[in-house]
Amino acid sequence: MTPADQPAVAHGTFRIERRYDASPARVFRAWSDPVAFRRWFAEAPGATIQEWTHDFRVGGQGGGLYRFGGPDVDPGFNDTRFLDIVEGRRIILSYVMGHERGGERRRDSASLATIELAPDGRGTRLFYTEEGAYFGDDGAAHIPLREEGCAEMLGNLARELEMNP
Amino acid sequence: MLQHHGLLDLAFQALSDPTRRAMVERLSRGPASVSELAAPFPMSMSAVAQHLKILEASGLVASEKTGRVRTCRVDARALGAAERWINDRRLSVERSLDRLGVFLDETRDEEEFPK
Repeated sequence: MTPADQPAVAHGTFRIERRYDASPARVFRAWSDPVAFRRWFAEAPGATIQEWTHDFRVGGQGGGLYRFGGPDVDPGFNDTRFLDIVEGRRIILSYVMGHERGGERRRDSASLATIELAPDGRGTRLFYTEEGAYFGDDGAAHIPLREEGCAEMLGNLARELEMNP
Repeated sequence: MLQHHGLLDLAFQALSDPTRRAMVERLSRGPASVSELAAPFPMSMSAVAQHLKILEASGLVASEKTGRVRTCRVDARALGAAERWINDRRLSVERSLDRLGVFLDETRDEEEFPK
């Protein structure tokens, strides 16, 4: 496929499952409580939070503006809307992510994320499913990797697999 | 529509074999003919062709025939940036969910599951 044949929007779906040694109520609170959520979700190592909101109710907005790295890195934004909330069981949200350049917001992707919680013995099983449309216009999202860069990456991957069979 | 997951699955499946990993590594240094590619391996040409077929089906390797020589090369397009983007999202969510686990451990409430 040549770059000209690349669709303007790429779609992807992924599902992640995790088990936590905590009750569904407590896992849910980690999502619903603004202070808790900010602590584990937003304040990632290396991130500087410039703005953050978490209006956790159906129709409420969440997300903010943050920076990974120094002042020369474009700030990123996350614009979330909570679509469905079932206490202790389910959260469905949509979010747009992008970056800010020259005071202008550039959207790179729009996703629907579903978080489902199920009791599992003395813990909780969490299922995270994301369906996304990725359309970054900064060129990063659609230009195929440079062949040499990709070859290097494949070489690294092959070595990694070799070392950890 | 791009089949991102299909492609990644095929790519990982293709790379699950040491011979094919060695082939990809060889090709990552530059294109090679099928016989050059086969040279280091103590196996028949048809076995090599079989491995090559799997690599081509995965999109990791492409080949073209010029005269009687088939030249193979790593195909960067198989791992285009769209796939990379989706993978980055997945990794980022995985990291978040790992941090959620750390948070839950740190804020453990002893009364949560009375013994």
